[in-house]
Amino acid sequence: MKTLIIIPAYNEEVAIANVLADIKAHCPWADVVVINDGSTDSTSAAARQDGVAVIDLPHNLGIGGAMQTGYKYAERGRYDVAVQFDGDGQHRGDQLETLVRPVRDGDADMAVGSRFMGAKGYESKLARLLGIKILAGVVSLVCRKTITDPTSGFRAVNRKVIEFCSNSYPDDYPEAEAVVLLNRAGFRLVEVPVLMRERQAGSSSITAFRSLYYMVKVLLAILIDMLKRAPGR
Amino acid sequence: MDMVTFLATFVSGAMVFLVIELIRRGRLKEKYSLLWLASSLVVLFFSISRESLHWISLLIGIQYPPSFIFLLAFLFLIVINIHFSTVISELFEKNKTLTQEIALLKEEMKENKQ
Repeated sequence: MKTLIIIPAYNEEVAIANVLADIKAHCPWADVVVINDGSTDSTSAAARQDGVAVIDLPHNLGIGGAMQTGYKYAERGRYDVAVQFDGDGQHRGDQLETLVRPVRDGDADMAVGSRFMGAKGYESKLARLLGIKILAGVVSLVCRKTITDPTSGFRAVNRKVIEFCSNSYPDDYPEAEAVVLLNRAGFRLVEVPVLMRERQAGSSSITAFRSLYYMVKVLLAILIDMLKRAPGR
Repeated sequence: MDMVTFLATFVSGAMVFLVIELIRRGRLKEKYSLLWLASSLVVLFFSISRESLHWISLLIGIQYPPSFIFLLAFLFLIVINIHFSTVISELFEKNKTLTQEIALLKEEMKENKQ
């Protein structure tokens, strides 16, 4: 099975080399593409040094637009499985196998790595944790199934979802929204317990101050999505 | 024709002329100009025929006819703003698609060169 690991990166020159080395060590069987989302630092050059494919967006599109670029690349390259793997070092190469397995075996269309399902707790700022919990509650309610970590960007999808996402993908803070949209389009989602690291470098797109703003915005986006007509498959 | 009627007619006539001229020179896309054209024609009509303004105002229960003009102007501004938002959304979507396409093509070119 042709597998592509998509790494959206915005100003990650410090972390990107480690991320690529981590993936290469644990997943030599997968192709890697870095989507450089209009970085102002040397993210692109740092990634190219490792010999992986790099797509330079001429200007910053945000994580949603960057991920959609990756899905388009996967769609054109006829990949069977695509994985989203953040460029900041939060996600661990040794968890890739666990994440990809349900998609590769055909048990799910999308697998999302959850920080809250395993035995080990995930440490984070209280405000942020609370925001994630509230979001998880709403997303679970809307999806009519338990989703523990809707904001996780560590996810694997199959060919059908690649095609769907390269056609339409939410823009800002797309993770939770994508879960709702894909569930509504009838795709089979599954959560997989995974371990994650504290971020190594750079700053998250979601700082502590923005936790509330983030939550309200994502909730609104999900509500608005529910007003829209169901996407066709 | 009294002074007020003359001024109002002149100004609204100029507005209609401006909109048509902008379309003619290709500075304003026809698609986006319909609202402007329609509104300036409405204003022109009420400037020429103030009796109809009075008549309509009283008909819908507005005692002071100029208020009716303000109401129309306000509604028009809201409508055109919503219209602009949809146009911006559309442009945003197209711009995003183009950005992605350029980036993907650049990568493809690089691969072909190697």
